[in-house]
Amino acid sequence: MKKLESTWYNMAIVLTFISVIAGAALAYVNEITKGPIAEIQQQNEAQAIKTVLCDDNAAITDTIVNGDVTLYLTDNGAAVKTVDPKNESFSGGLTIMVGLDKEFKVLGYTVIVSNETPGLGAKASEWFQKGGKGDIIGRVAGQFKTTKDGGDVDAITASTITSRSFLRAVNNAYAEYAKVMSPEVDVQTAATNPNNE
Amino acid sequence: MAYILIFITAIFVNNVVLSQFLGICPFLGVSKKVETALGMGAAVAFVLTLATIVTYLIQVYVLEAFGLEYLQTIAFILIIAALVQMVEIVLKKVSPSLYQALGVFLPLITTNCCILGVAILVAQGTYNTQGLEPNLLTGVVYAIATALGFALAMVIFAGIREHLSMMNIPRGMQGMAIALVTAGLLAMAFMGFSGVDAGLAKALGL
Amino acid sequence: MNQLKVLWNGIIKENPTFVLLLGMCPTLGTTSSALNGMSMGLATMAVLIFSNLIISLIKNLVPDMVRIPSFIVVIASLVTILQMCIKAFAPEIDKSLGLFIPLIVVNCIILGRAEAFAAKNGPISSVMDGIGMGLGFTLGLTLLGAVRELLGTGKVFSLTIFPDSYGALVFVLAPGAFIALGFLIAIVNKLKN
Repeated sequence: MKKLESTWYNMAIVLTFISVIAGAALAYVNEITKGPIAEIQQQNEAQAIKTVLCDDNAAITDTIVNGDVTLYLTDNGAAVKTVDPKNESFSGGLTIMVGLDKEFKVLGYTVIVSNETPGLGAKASEWFQKGGKGDIIGRVAGQFKTTKDGGDVDAITASTITSRSFLRAVNNAYAEYAKVMSPEVDVQTAATNPNNE
Repeated sequence: MAYILIFITAIFVNNVVLSQFLGICPFLGVSKKVETALGMGAAVAFVLTLATIVTYLIQVYVLEAFGLEYLQTIAFILIIAALVQMVEIVLKKVSPSLYQALGVFLPLITTNCCILGVAILVAQGTYNTQGLEPNLLTGVVYAIATALGFALAMVIFAGIREHLSMMNIPRGMQGMAIALVTAGLLAMAFMGFSGVDAGLAKALGL
Repeated sequence: MNQLKVLWNGIIKENPTFVLLLGMCPTLGTTSSALNGMSMGLATMAVLIFSNLIISLIKNLVPDMVRIPSFIVVIASLVTILQMCIKAFAPEIDKSLGLFIPLIVVNCIILGRAEAFAAKNGPISSVMDGIGMGLGFTLGLTLLGAVRELLGTGKVFSLTIFPDSYGALVFVLAPGAFIALGFLIAIVNKLKN
């Protein structure tokens, strides 16, 4: 077959033809994948709530959205999706979900979005878990600080900024949940919990 | 004030080449001389700013308005390719001297991933806006700062490479190998800026 | 025999990562671990094979003057299809590669091979070239990812080789990417001579 000449007529036809086929193919694939994508996003959220509350049958009684923070209240506590309020981390920042019981003890957490340097963001999702070096599970949230800042949580090796950012997000989750639990009590005083001193 | 912060963060703290790995090809390819590096930097700055504005408007008023978000990649790359062509034609007519300086770099820019990358980041609003609403203005500030960061990295790197070319380098390390190691050291130097944005935010009272 | 030569050429002789030095952005940006590097390599390979195939099929239908725009439309559509499939069926990969998936469009390897090979050869050799180049790229990215992961965290594919605390974290970060690739290229240069 001979190659088509570069006449205006040929060029216009070919370009239109290719664009139409490309557009149609994309629209078709978009239709197919739209369902699964939405499903996965919902599943992720639901799965995260169950994981951080350590309860596979957690029933959400109320959902409160407050800016960047979303609280999923249950009978035994709350799963709080939050970002680092100060966002001083390296890049876009960290979105985590923290499970707190009614006494503000950390039940579990998971990192939802991490725009950190890939290796470090991944580290945050293990470091503070039970048995990890910076274990915060079962402790009362509100006043977590890294050892460098005079606190008692070990920061991720060579990644103090990410650790600080992470702990601020956990503390923020506590503050938001405390506000919901007892709106009239000043959060700062409530945070002065004997367990943290 | 937050605009200043976006600006400085994009240039130094999250430098597009040295910490985000966008636009590496021209960074390694056309950085043998400071002069060419400057030319490339200027050409990228020009196209990047223009492309960000156009792609953002297309994203908001065409793609999102008609529910065609899935055409984003294809639309953006075609816009960028067309823009580069247009800039080339206009420059040729309006300012032949500028065309002489930048002309050779323009065709290379279409496949420079920092342009498409920044256009997508701005359209999605997933860049560091320092707490501001992501809109056209923050997007443009971010794009200009990113382009300046790119030019800065290019020029510094070219300066180092000019000196490197006069040195004795072991045979295996010659060429790209030593250039990459140098870029690594430069990236390490830029890591020193991390945390500067936090301090600056405090100083500016944000 | 000839087809195998094309394949071999892509993997070893003209390895896109270590010899041709193409597609440096994803090479450096996504190789923080061996797994990430491999996913990126395979994603690029998928696009490369299909774009080579389609372009070698339509090459005679496309007038010369609109060749590049047509190729770009084909490649961008393939990348978008891939992006949607990854989002729908492998969300983990989408999470770790993020922005670099749409950026496959501007990966010089794809347009480069379309121009240099697929536009001149038949569909079968073009697919072989796509597989060869794709494997070469995947191999390069996986190797670089493995080296960075090992030096940075003491693991390869998340298998612990030595304890975490002996790792030099800088290799997972940006500077380590440049330095590790620099030394790998130096080693390849040494082996070639």
